[in-house]
Amino acid sequence: MSERKMPLSRRRFLAATALGAASAASGSLAMPALLRAQGAGVKLGLLHPVTGALSYSGQQGRIGATMAVDEINAAGGIKALGGAKIEPLLGDAQSTPDGGTAEVEKMNAAGVPCIVGGYASSICLAVSQAAARYDLPYVVDVGVADSIVSRGLKNTFRFGPGFGVISKTALDNLTIINDQAGKPAKTVIIVHEDSLFGSGLAKLLNAQLPPKGFTILETIPHPTPMRDFNNVVLKIKAQNPDIVIPANYYNEYVLFARTMREQHVRPKGIYSVLGGAASSYKFVRQFPEAAKYIMDCNHWFNPKSAKAQELKKKVEANGQFFTYELYMNYSVVLLVADAIERAASVDRAKIIAALESSSFSGHVMPYGPTKFVNGQNQGAAPLNTQVLDNDIKAILPPEFAEAKPVFPMPA
Amino acid sequence: MFSPLILITAVINGLLIGAVYALVALGLTLIYGVLHIINFAHGALLSAALFAAFMAYQKLGIDPYLATFLIAPSFFVLGYALQRFIIGPASHGDDRNMLLVTLGLAVLIENALLYAFRADTRTIDLAYSFKTIDVGFTFLSLPRVISFIAAFVVASVLWLVMTVTDTGKAIRAVAKEKLGAELAGIDVAHVYAITFGLGTACVAIAACLLVPTYYVNPSAGNAFILIAFTIVVLGGMGSVPGALIGGLAIGVVESLSGFFLGESLGQVGIFLIFIVVLLVRPRGLFGASA
Amino acid sequence: MRGYAAIVVVVALLAAVPLVVHSNVLLNFLVVTLMIALAGQGWNIIGGYGGQYSFGHAAFFGTGAYVTAILQMRYGVNAWLGCAAGIAAGGVVGAIIGGLAFRAGLRTSYFALVTLAFAEVLRIVASVVPITGAGVGILIKLDLRAQSFQFQSRTAFYLVILSLVAAALVIAQKLEHSRFGTWLVAVRENEDAALALGVDATRVKLGAMVISAAITAAAGCFYAQYFLFIDAPIAYGAWISIEALLTPIIGGVGTVFGAVVGALVVKSLGEGAKLMTGDVPGLDLMIYGAMLVLVVAFAPRGLVGAFADARARLMRRLASARKSVVEVTRG
Repeated sequence: MSERKMPLSRRRFLAATALGAASAASGSLAMPALLRAQGAGVKLGLLHPVTGALSYSGQQGRIGATMAVDEINAAGGIKALGGAKIEPLLGDAQSTPDGGTAEVEKMNAAGVPCIVGGYASSICLAVSQAAARYDLPYVVDVGVADSIVSRGLKNTFRFGPGFGVISKTALDNLTIINDQAGKPAKTVIIVHEDSLFGSGLAKLLNAQLPPKGFTILETIPHPTPMRDFNNVVLKIKAQNPDIVIPANYYNEYVLFARTMREQHVRPKGIYSVLGGAASSYKFVRQFPEAAKYIMDCNHWFNPKSAKAQELKKKVEANGQFFTYELYMNYSVVLLVADAIERAASVDRAKIIAALESSSFSGHVMPYGPTKFVNGQNQGAAPLNTQVLDNDIKAILPPEFAEAKPVFPMPA
Repeated sequence: MFSPLILITAVINGLLIGAVYALVALGLTLIYGVLHIINFAHGALLSAALFAAFMAYQKLGIDPYLATFLIAPSFFVLGYALQRFIIGPASHGDDRNMLLVTLGLAVLIENALLYAFRADTRTIDLAYSFKTIDVGFTFLSLPRVISFIAAFVVASVLWLVMTVTDTGKAIRAVAKEKLGAELAGIDVAHVYAITFGLGTACVAIAACLLVPTYYVNPSAGNAFILIAFTIVVLGGMGSVPGALIGGLAIGVVESLSGFFLGESLGQVGIFLIFIVVLLVRPRGLFGASA
Repeated sequence: MRGYAAIVVVVALLAAVPLVVHSNVLLNFLVVTLMIALAGQGWNIIGGYGGQYSFGHAAFFGTGAYVTAILQMRYGVNAWLGCAAGIAAGGVVGAIIGGLAFRAGLRTSYFALVTLAFAEVLRIVASVVPITGAGVGILIKLDLRAQSFQFQSRTAFYLVILSLVAAALVIAQKLEHSRFGTWLVAVRENEDAALALGVDATRVKLGAMVISAAITAAAGCFYAQYFLFIDAPIAYGAWISIEALLTPIIGGVGTVFGAVVGALVVKSLGEGAKLMTGDVPGLDLMIYGAMLVLVVAFAPRGLVGAFADARARLMRRLASARKSVVEVTRG
């Protein structure tokens, strides 16, 4: 796999850290010499949960990030620093906040000017506060909890959208889809996983759905992992809602969708928000029948971007799946490289300033040029997709749409 | 709010999933009953068996139900070897050490799977994976019905082995009175290993029956461990009928408490039963007195 | 007295570390290691000295963490008071679980299972009830001031956790040389014999359980202050139950320093395994699992025990060598 071809292996990185720590302890100035000896590269910390419960997402994120690094280096590196190549320092957050914190310490000791990644909100929270101690800029790839960017930490930036924006967009778009079809839907059942992501979302949906004219029949939380969805589907069948809103991780989503199909439960629409599998090519390929017509409001690349399509081809040619962790991390690394270019320096404060004033369009997301206010990228928003013709097509907003929504679901 | 028909469906759902739990618990109760150890590696072995069934289908094109006849014996051998050459010797006969060794093995096996197969979830889509039986008020998943029947079959076979065959008698002798059995000429280490092997073979059968409707990844088996422990305690450690009935009962309890309390909170139903049984009647429904 | 002197020396050496080493990588590593050691020392009281292997010490860790977090964020209580309350709450939970389990006469595997079940019940409840934030968890407000039990410098955190560990070491030392400790060990070695000798086994075990729970709860309170975010799987998850039992078993059950030694070894092993195996996921944990099996196989009394055994063997050999020399010269 591509990990083994990484330019700066973990061993060397840790050895460098140990040397760095030793020299720091002895108070000598060996550090800059070490940097020089390794070649005038620009280090970049890539922190992902590649082991543990979140390993799949972490590994996808790492792939996306390293693809961006390779691309930048192939195009000549950071030109403002004399063509300096980016040297990625790969960190494993081990799917826990303490794992992430430990990696931040190591990356800081190795002198990285910036860290990207995190993925899970709990890890992002720990990483952002650990990095803040050193005024080390940190750009979140995915983590959606709003608290990540509302703690007043100057070093933390988030490229993607947070909960608040996601649920608002999801509801606005649901209303649009419903209105366009002549308002056939009124009742809703929410099925969500019971941790930070699912519960946070369910809370917001519960507050925001009724004012839009929808009635929530029931909110069904479930644990992760969940072995069997038959009873959940039974409740749905009994109450016959117009729309089912699932918010859970891949495995549970797959079981849920399969069970819905087995029990012949066909609501007018399955409208997922941050669905684990609803906009996953893997899911669509493996269960075309169960996946048909499912809508999702989720992180999605810009389908009208040639760069995005090209990246998608490249990834799929490699036999991998084009998932949001991958292209969001890809975009974040490009964003950071741009900031370093504009700062023309590896000074952390200058990079933070460059990110604050960033207006970067070279990414593959439907966000427009970046604009950070209090660390949050203002243009970040999810897209609505639907599984149509065995493929996932963007359906809203109109400027990114590849197809019209099919709603209600045909029998 | 919920009509009787819906409750009946919930109970049926509970029985069907309970049968799967029973299959997982059968192996665990056997191992506990004889070796007196809580096998923490059980979940990891379930994951490994899931991968074996998946690979048999993916690479060799063998249907999981047929693959059972290949995988169960292989896992018997694996279990025998694990007990004979690793767990037994490493534990120096101390129950508490066995807990730790099986814990270490659990970490080792799960991460070996992670290393070999990566983290992504795999699934099989067979022709009959989505087939259902229409009983009017609900649809019963065909693979689940098959595992329900299989649970009874496996339990019966296991029970017969234990009561009728010489090996079974030797196992029961060692479970009841290790020293006496040894004095009577029974090779205890061998019996322990056979028991572990049988337990592992049971979990392999459970995996093959689970694979058509479930997913496969290195930590998939972990979802079943705690509930399997509960069933072993409820049914009585070492009792085969106990594991079967306990499994079905727990399945129904989980189903109903999930239904009324919500799937998340409903899980406490299982553990509260677990605790109550342990405090009030530790030997469970059918177990021998402690 | 010798025992206390050893504690003073070890703690002094550890306290001197930040004077010599300025690497935050190492300090962070030590802080986490000592926190695990604290949790493990708690386990050691009931598991090592008491012989009752609990598989659910997360119940106490999580209670400490949640009480600290809830009191601060929902009731505006001062962080230090919150932690004290967390420790007390942990002790109470220990009394409840211990009371139920010991009065029902549960031993060995049954005790292990019931503690596991209690920890799971707490985890599930914590993931559902609003006061713990349910699935969302609790985020403690970032406020890097001493009065909020948060510090800008890692050294300050390090000294705090070191003090807590020192206290736990002293408690273990006192236990070893007290009558209560003797009763506890008697119960561990042979409960029936101890009962026959008039030891109130249930009360002794219960007392040990309360102390054990309070110490582990302290580790949980510290976690909350150090990482500032907890949710049900973090607070009550199996990971901490396993770490709490692993470290004293590897280091030496029923010894004063076992948990600290074990934590240092286990954590260093984890780092070492990562170093050796590079970025390939799973390999380092495979080594970890293998090490556990090997330690149990070859050093069942843990490292401190193995060290004591080796020392005893050396002494014997020296004694017999001296004896033969004396015999020869006399001869």
